[in-house]
Amino acid sequence: MANNTQAQTSNQQQKSTVFDVTDLNLWYGEDQALYDINMNIKQNEVTAIIGPSGCGKSTYLKTLNRMVETVPIVRISGSIKYKDSEIFDDKYKKEDLRTKVGMVFQKPNPFPKSVYDNVAYGPRIHGIRDKKTLDQIVEKSLRDAAIWDEVKDRLNENAYGLSGGQQQRLCIARCLAIEPDVILMDEPTSALDPISTLKVEELVQELKKKYSIIIVTHNMQQAARISDKTAFFLNGEMVEFTETDTLFSTPSDKRTEDYITGRFG
Amino acid sequence: MMGNIKEDKQKIDVQQMINEKKSTQNNLKIIEKIVPVFLFLCAALSILTTVGILFTLLRESITFFGEQGFFSFITGTKWNPWAGDFGVLPLITGTLQITVISILVALPIGLASAIFLSEYASDKVRRTIKPTLEVLAGVPTVVYGYFAVSFVTPILRSIFPEIGIFNALSAGLVVGIMIVPMIASLSEDAMNSVPTSLREGALALGSTRLEVALKVVVPAAFSGIVAATVLAISRAIGETMIVTIAAGASPNLTFDPLVSIQTLTAFIVQGIKGDTTFGSMIYYSVYAVGMTLFVFTLAMNLLSQYIARKFREEY
Repeated sequence: MANNTQAQTSNQQQKSTVFDVTDLNLWYGEDQALYDINMNIKQNEVTAIIGPSGCGKSTYLKTLNRMVETVPIVRISGSIKYKDSEIFDDKYKKEDLRTKVGMVFQKPNPFPKSVYDNVAYGPRIHGIRDKKTLDQIVEKSLRDAAIWDEVKDRLNENAYGLSGGQQQRLCIARCLAIEPDVILMDEPTSALDPISTLKVEELVQELKKKYSIIIVTHNMQQAARISDKTAFFLNGEMVEFTETDTLFSTPSDKRTEDYITGRFG
Repeated sequence: MMGNIKEDKQKIDVQQMINEKKSTQNNLKIIEKIVPVFLFLCAALSILTTVGILFTLLRESITFFGEQGFFSFITGTKWNPWAGDFGVLPLITGTLQITVISILVALPIGLASAIFLSEYASDKVRRTIKPTLEVLAGVPTVVYGYFAVSFVTPILRSIFPEIGIFNALSAGLVVGIMIVPMIASLSEDAMNSVPTSLREGALALGSTRLEVALKVVVPAAFSGIVAATVLAISRAIGETMIVTIAAGASPNLTFDPLVSIQTLTAFIVQGIKGDTTFGSMIYYSVYAVGMTLFVFTLAMNLLSQYIARKFREEY
């Protein structure tokens, strides 16, 4: 944490904005799930989103790469700018956005293919076919996801033979293979055991040097451990968004204080 | 509140009630023992039937091969049982023609329908189209036969004026239409059971919906699709009514789809249609042809199991 704080103070001025969210409202049919969210997410930071179940934090995360729109009844108003481009603009293709904004899901979801093909999937669909280039990308991504040593001898085996924790790091490697700018993580450790969780958390610390990471988590200790900034969501509203240290030590909103002290949620 | 209810009602001892019930139900044990035996007999029945069919086929075929020779049967290029020519190749090429044409029609259309239904159609559209498609599977094949002769053949004649009134092309096309629902419906089931999380994973990497369908869903559902296709091929090989009506009864050793042919199945119909005397060579030849048909479908099933195992993507 001490390191994080130092990094923040020294970098605060130069850090540019990745996501600029303005007056975001979202409905599932008639039910409003997000209310007037305003948020400014900086580059090379880990932003944690915490809050009780059903508070809209996963919905919000999936809005950032427009995955939420796979639900047909979703309606959205407001604006999200990704590096100065409006992502809801008709001209901005979802596929382009998702190439820049990768995602890791709650449950590991490797494809039923070999370890190699899982990682190579992204580069391949984006037109990289050369075997040598792919080999390099696969190795680098697996190394960056801290799983290379465990799978280097079984690259051609089905990914479903890996343990849950390995599968999740494989999914992270798959995400890294197309070198996105931002990685969205939707409770990436909730299906993992404590040791795998620790590995993923360490990985997040490593990855933030190159990527901006937005992580939804149920686990407040996890948010405190790994994030630079934390947003607290409640009933579809963003109650508070500030430096992680500040949020957990001196929250400015009563509801945040109640939640982090365990009075509800 | 709780206390009041306890006082009002008499005390209930659940364990004691269970014991009382048990002691009056000794026959339950017998039922527990008999039911699995009965279930096994039901399962064994279908195996026994298969064995029975195989036995009948083999017995009569062996008589036939003893008289005519196995080798001349499978290599003979002329089939005219009434003149004593028992070369089965013309029937095999006839069956192959129908099968190939029908699969060329059914596989692309069936797969495309399945992909549309599973990956693109809304729930409402799927709920409308899928049952409609399955109605097509319920149409009696004799109706398809007339459809081929009276509707498809005239259209083909306007394209190929030299086409015969009975021909392999028309019959093959219609057999293809008949098996489209089978491929579409079974493949759609296989694709639908691919977990949504895989689609999300692919979408989140910037895949288009088409890439998700072709590079994730279809490979993951591959074994199901192969199973569907092979079932459809077996169905096409065994299809009888359409080919009897629309493809004719002229065993020609040819790969020209515009002329009349005869399939294995169509000969069996012709061979047992009454004017064949029991114990004649034609009578036995029907069984030999039946045996050939059996070997073909068996080979297809084994092939499908092999392919499905080899290319399976388990999830």
